[in-house]
Amino acid sequence: MSFSVTEPSIRTKWFAGTAVVLYAVITILPLMWIIATGFKSPADSIAYPPKVVFEPTLEGYVNLFTQRTRLNQDDLDALPPPETWYDEMVREQGQVITGRSRYGERFMNSIFIGFGSTFLCMVLGTAAAYAFSRFRVPLKNDLLFFILSTRMMPPIAVAIPIFLMFRQLGLNDTHLGMILLYTAVNLSLSVWLLKGFIDEIPVEYEEAALIDGYTRFQAFYKVVLPQAATGIASTAIFCLIFAWNEYAFAVLLTSGTAQTAPPFIPTIIGVGGKDWPAVAAGATIFLVPVMVFTILLRKHLLRGITFGAVRK
Amino acid sequence: MAQIRIESVRKEFGAFTAVQSSSFTIEDGEFFMLLGPSGCGKTTTLRMMAGLELPTSGEIYIDGEEVGMKPASQRDIAFVFQMFALYPHMNVGKNISYPLLSQGMPKAQVKEKVDEVAQILGITDILKKPVGGLSGGDRQRVALGRAIVRNPKAFFMDEPLGALDAEFREHMSEELRALHDRMGATTVYVTHDQLEAMQMGDKIVVMNHGVVEQFGVPQDIYDWPATMFVASFIGSPAMNFLNFHGIVGTGTTAVKLAESEIKVPEQLGGARGDLVLGVRPEHVHLDDSADYRGEVTATEYLGTTQIVTLNTPHGEIKARIPSSTRAEVGENTGLRFDERTITVFEMEKGRALLSAANQGVLNHG
Repeated sequence: MSFSVTEPSIRTKWFAGTAVVLYAVITILPLMWIIATGFKSPADSIAYPPKVVFEPTLEGYVNLFTQRTRLNQDDLDALPPPETWYDEMVREQGQVITGRSRYGERFMNSIFIGFGSTFLCMVLGTAAAYAFSRFRVPLKNDLLFFILSTRMMPPIAVAIPIFLMFRQLGLNDTHLGMILLYTAVNLSLSVWLLKGFIDEIPVEYEEAALIDGYTRFQAFYKVVLPQAATGIASTAIFCLIFAWNEYAFAVLLTSGTAQTAPPFIPTIIGVGGKDWPAVAAGATIFLVPVMVFTILLRKHLLRGITFGAVRK
Repeated sequence: MAQIRIESVRKEFGAFTAVQSSSFTIEDGEFFMLLGPSGCGKTTTLRMMAGLELPTSGEIYIDGEEVGMKPASQRDIAFVFQMFALYPHMNVGKNISYPLLSQGMPKAQVKEKVDEVAQILGITDILKKPVGGLSGGDRQRVALGRAIVRNPKAFFMDEPLGALDAEFREHMSEELRALHDRMGATTVYVTHDQLEAMQMGDKIVVMNHGVVEQFGVPQDIYDWPATMFVASFIGSPAMNFLNFHGIVGTGTTAVKLAESEIKVPEQLGGARGDLVLGVRPEHVHLDDSADYRGEVTATEYLGTTQIVTLNTPHGEIKARIPSSTRAEVGENTGLRFDERTITVFEMEKGRALLSAANQGVLNHG
């Protein structure tokens, strides 16, 4: 064998560097746009040509979290002076705060449903993947194919049956219903991904633990789970991203109590003209949890992507 | 410390029979080798003793207790895996202490034991290191440490030297043997390397196709193979086989090969038809006065000895003779066999016929 790795030339490095930077700019630009719009005033947000330099304001965020009503100048003047900075900000627009908006609640729904279904998906997925990987399951290949086949059509194709089913079972617009639904959709992905990861863990580790006096279950959670952490982390990210971003089912199956953020954000537009900064602020906050989660697990994610690529 | 007894143990994987009713006994304190080519069932046999596989039928006794269906964790044995199977998320010390923690041993006592084992194996200075960066030899020592730390009834080792460099194996095999002599615990060791088995083992079981071919001390197995498989698997070069057609009966002391009379140990059984004369290369001598003749086709110089390949009327044979003896390719020479070491096999069954020389070995094997 005569493979050799040569140091890339300066030109190649420059080319590669430029390509990466260009790609980064293209992908990050819309993100920056949204984040910037969140801090613009309504006038700046629709200015043409778009303003790159602007005076940042928290108006968008205040509007996002509040419900307001417009008053005429006389009524405004008759009010006692504003108590807080956001009261003042709203008064300057000729409005008063009448209450809290439902964004916080919707956001918490997203957190609860997204992380809840991801957690459930990991528990079930890891257990199923371990069983498929280690034990002689009857009809193993057929079952695995069946699990994969649930992913072969777009989930929304079964939206109507699911809607009817949920109505019968009283799961419409409930947190439990959404968690179960997202878990069901994600489970095939997580079983397959995790099975791949667990297959790569030599069975000798568990056997060593069995010999060392541990039960099968202890061997599983003391030896297999730490080994599978990378796989579980990267699979969890995939599951969370799906559940977090899911829009179609959320529109169809939730309206009040269990509504998640994605179907709620567009409805902000309707409140008092086209309030783009508030929409952008909602989107920006919505980005944070997945970003934090991914950054926390990024080491695992990177290792997960290259996992199994190198035979030791 | 325990005696291990295997009684008509059988293991099937679906339609495939990995081990066919094997029986043998491993005495307390023995260094016992399970030897055979890959796929012969030796590892499966070991794993059944350890409790990592359940036998399809038969009994396994450890220390007089039937354990065939007991889980591995309750058998009080240690296992050294071929790839060592050190827990990658723990450091060396944690790896060694792991079997003790499962017993709920107090921390101070665990530390004392781990230190003691590390002392024995000379790995005290790496106790805090992660296992990832260790050399093959150190991994091996850590794996051994994890095995000996809890004073198990028996050690099971599955080709523990297989993953090491050739030069290091020699050293490690000595270390292993010395460790065994020091601890005196029953050890069962699986290998496909006949030299390793001969070197280290007190006793050897030779397996092939899931069947125990022979069981005994290395010298007996080498000198008096029970089957043609054992004869050819052990020894390098392998035992020579000269196929002939003839009859042997009780009291036969010579067989006729072509025109020559070849003396054999006094036979105690009878057989007729296709027979095989088995003779080790070192028991073939070039002697021009002998009337059984062959032609030298190749010589291989090995330092003090040489391997000479000869063509005979009954097939090719190899002789291991001193390098000082002259042998040239193309030369026609007489061949003399040490009569007391010859084994006659029945071709069809592949089994050795009983003779005055091998009856002591084969009758109890």
